[in-house]
Amino acid sequence: MMKQVGSHRLIFWLTFIPPTLWLLIFLLIPLSIIGSFSFSEKRGLIDIELSWILNNYIRAADLIYLSTLIKSIGVAGITTVICFLFGFPLALGIASAPPRWKSILLIAIILPFCVNLLIRTYALIAVFRTRGFFNFGLEWFADLINVPFEPLSLLYNDTAVILGLVYVHLPFMILPLYAGFEGFNKTLLEAALDLGASKLELLTSIIIPIITPSIISGCILVFIPALGSYLTPELLGGPNSQMIANVIERQFMNANDWPFGSALSMVLVYLTFGILALRYLCFNNLYLDKNKRRL
Amino acid sequence: MKNPIIKIEGITKKFGIKNALEEIDLSIYEGEFFAIVGPSGCGKTTLLRVLAGFEVPDSGLLFIDGENMRSIPPNRRPLNIVFQSYALFPHMTVLDNIAFGLKVTGVPIKECYQRVKMLLKLVKLSGLDHRFPHQLSGGQLQRVALARALVKRPKVLLLDEPLSALDAKLRNEMRQELVRLQKSMGITFILVTHDQQEALSTADRIAVMNNGRIKQVASPTNLYESPSNKFVAGFIGSINLIKCEVRQIEGELCAVTTGLTKDLFSIKGKNEISVGQSYLMGVRPEKIQLTKLTDIDQYDNKLAGIINNITYLGRSSMYHVKVSGDENIVMNVSMSHSDRSENIDLCIGESVLMHWTAGSALLLEDHDS
Ligand SMILES: Nc1ncnc2c1ncn2[C@@H]1O[C@H](COP(=O)(O)OP(=O)(O)OP(=O)(O)O)[C@@H](O)[C@H]1O
Ligand SMILES: [Mg+2]
Repeated sequence: MMKQVGSHRLIFWLTFIPPTLWLLIFLLIPLSIIGSFSFSEKRGLIDIELSWILNNYIRAADLIYLSTLIKSIGVAGITTVICFLFGFPLALGIASAPPRWKSILLIAIILPFCVNLLIRTYALIAVFRTRGFFNFGLEWFADLINVPFEPLSLLYNDTAVILGLVYVHLPFMILPLYAGFEGFNKTLLEAALDLGASKLELLTSIIIPIITPSIISGCILVFIPALGSYLTPELLGGPNSQMIANVIERQFMNANDWPFGSALSMVLVYLTFGILALRYLCFNNLYLDKNKRRL
Repeated sequence: MKNPIIKIEGITKKFGIKNALEEIDLSIYEGEFFAIVGPSGCGKTTLLRVLAGFEVPDSGLLFIDGENMRSIPPNRRPLNIVFQSYALFPHMTVLDNIAFGLKVTGVPIKECYQRVKMLLKLVKLSGLDHRFPHQLSGGQLQRVALARALVKRPKVLLLDEPLSALDAKLRNEMRQELVRLQKSMGITFILVTHDQQEALSTADRIAVMNNGRIKQVASPTNLYESPSNKFVAGFIGSINLIKCEVRQIEGELCAVTTGLTKDLFSIKGKNEISVGQSYLMGVRPEKIQLTKLTDIDQYDNKLAGIINNITYLGRSSMYHVKVSGDENIVMNVSMSHSDRSENIDLCIGESVLMHWTAGSALLLEDHDS
């Protein structure tokens, strides 16, 4: 008996310690450092003093920074909406495909993750630049129907940034939605159909309400990383399409103003926590998670 | 004769190479409580799904109330189904679940709720309107599912093993409830079940299915008293079957030999019976009497044997009697404890005489057509 308890305790510690250490070293400690920087003052080139001041946050509310933040929220929001519009039918399609196709389609969705983000972004550039594959295709088509052709400039603007973000984040929308559809009890659809519901009513009164937790998960999984994205606007955006992460990077690098950069970062962190807290409040005491067990 | 509300003509449904339904012909009449019974996998659910429009038959015709259903989708068929798993909408209250079918067909909201309230009372669920399905017990879920289908006032209500998830006592209650609802609303019920007791105790007529085919359609009494084949005889209640050969036909009675004893057994025969043919003699366990071996000369249809085992069943006991002459044949004899005569000792190893009347034995085809 004692021995059993002892070995349970060992297993407990073995499974408990590594994730805790991980969280401590890679999340909590860095976050505390950045957090304390955000209340500090710059004293010299590398000298930072924690003096519990709010100046950095007050400066973050300046119009230029605030407008970048709002723009970033807008870009991330549009990205999320587009991802949803494409991801919903795609996920539904995969979930209702025959079993053999299902795994092939899922692999096709996940495969791009095996390629580095930087390389994927450069690949997008190769496709959409002035002398890129997309314009080549258009040119070939214009030649075919004898229309004069001027290459389109598709890159280095907000649209390109959104396109890039959608491309990168679409799987984060598809996968939770797919999981939601997979767990969906198909008899409910037959029941609704039997009671006289139309196809549209199936979608609006049965599928969407039941799948809402998955939709919210997908949206959060797309919105949060899109909000903080750095590489995509840096490579695909023009001079006016900077997002908040690009501004933060410049505080740390070019401007060498770590306290202010930290304050801007912390604003993003607060936003993220705010969103997660909202989700928790909205969905924790609803019927949905309790009901999952029963379905 | 009333009009058939459902007429099935030669419906066949294949899944791959397996025939789930083979040449089903069936008429179900208005206001009937019809039951479909059969062992697991025999195609009961498939038949219901064809009726509801969720499966398209490979061939055959289906008429509901005289109308060909070929091109009518499930949401426009005048019938509703109660699913085995209930399939209640988890995100809606009891009230909204029941009102759903009315709302989507454009019934005004006020009338909707009036009808729902009425039905809630009918299925004894008043007061639970605002509960969600996960806050209800199994029996209550069952009633909500029933109400949700009944509120549409369908011409036909399909029930796919609606009671199988309930415990024995509740199941019994709900059976009576179903009969009460059916009679009071006058809706045709088609109840699918693999529980023969359930079918016998509720239905006006029963169809017995096996391997995608209908073996017999009859009233509960007829099905039990005169099954038309071996399968039905064995599926509805239990029966002792002994190979026999017809020797002689005298009016209603035929005389058969079994090869177990030299005796002739007399059985009330059917029409198309020929002398010299092999048949099965079937006797239900409760139609057999047990007496002392010494009474052997008093009875006509009799077999001697030794009690091999006894199963105690409360009101009665089942005696498993090994027939003298062939060790492999064990007859089941059911005797209620009050009927048991005191002058014989019924315990394991005791020699007994089994006997029955000519009218209580059945003559059945040996092969299963
Ligand atoms: N969608 C399907 N695809 C392939 N085979 C199926 C399908 N649905 C049913 N079958 C097969 O058809 C046969 C009849 O199935 P059905 O569900 O109608 O049986 P059932 O009589 O309702 O059995 P149970 O009493 O177990 O519910 C079974 O052998 C089953 O394996
Ligand atoms: Mg079934």
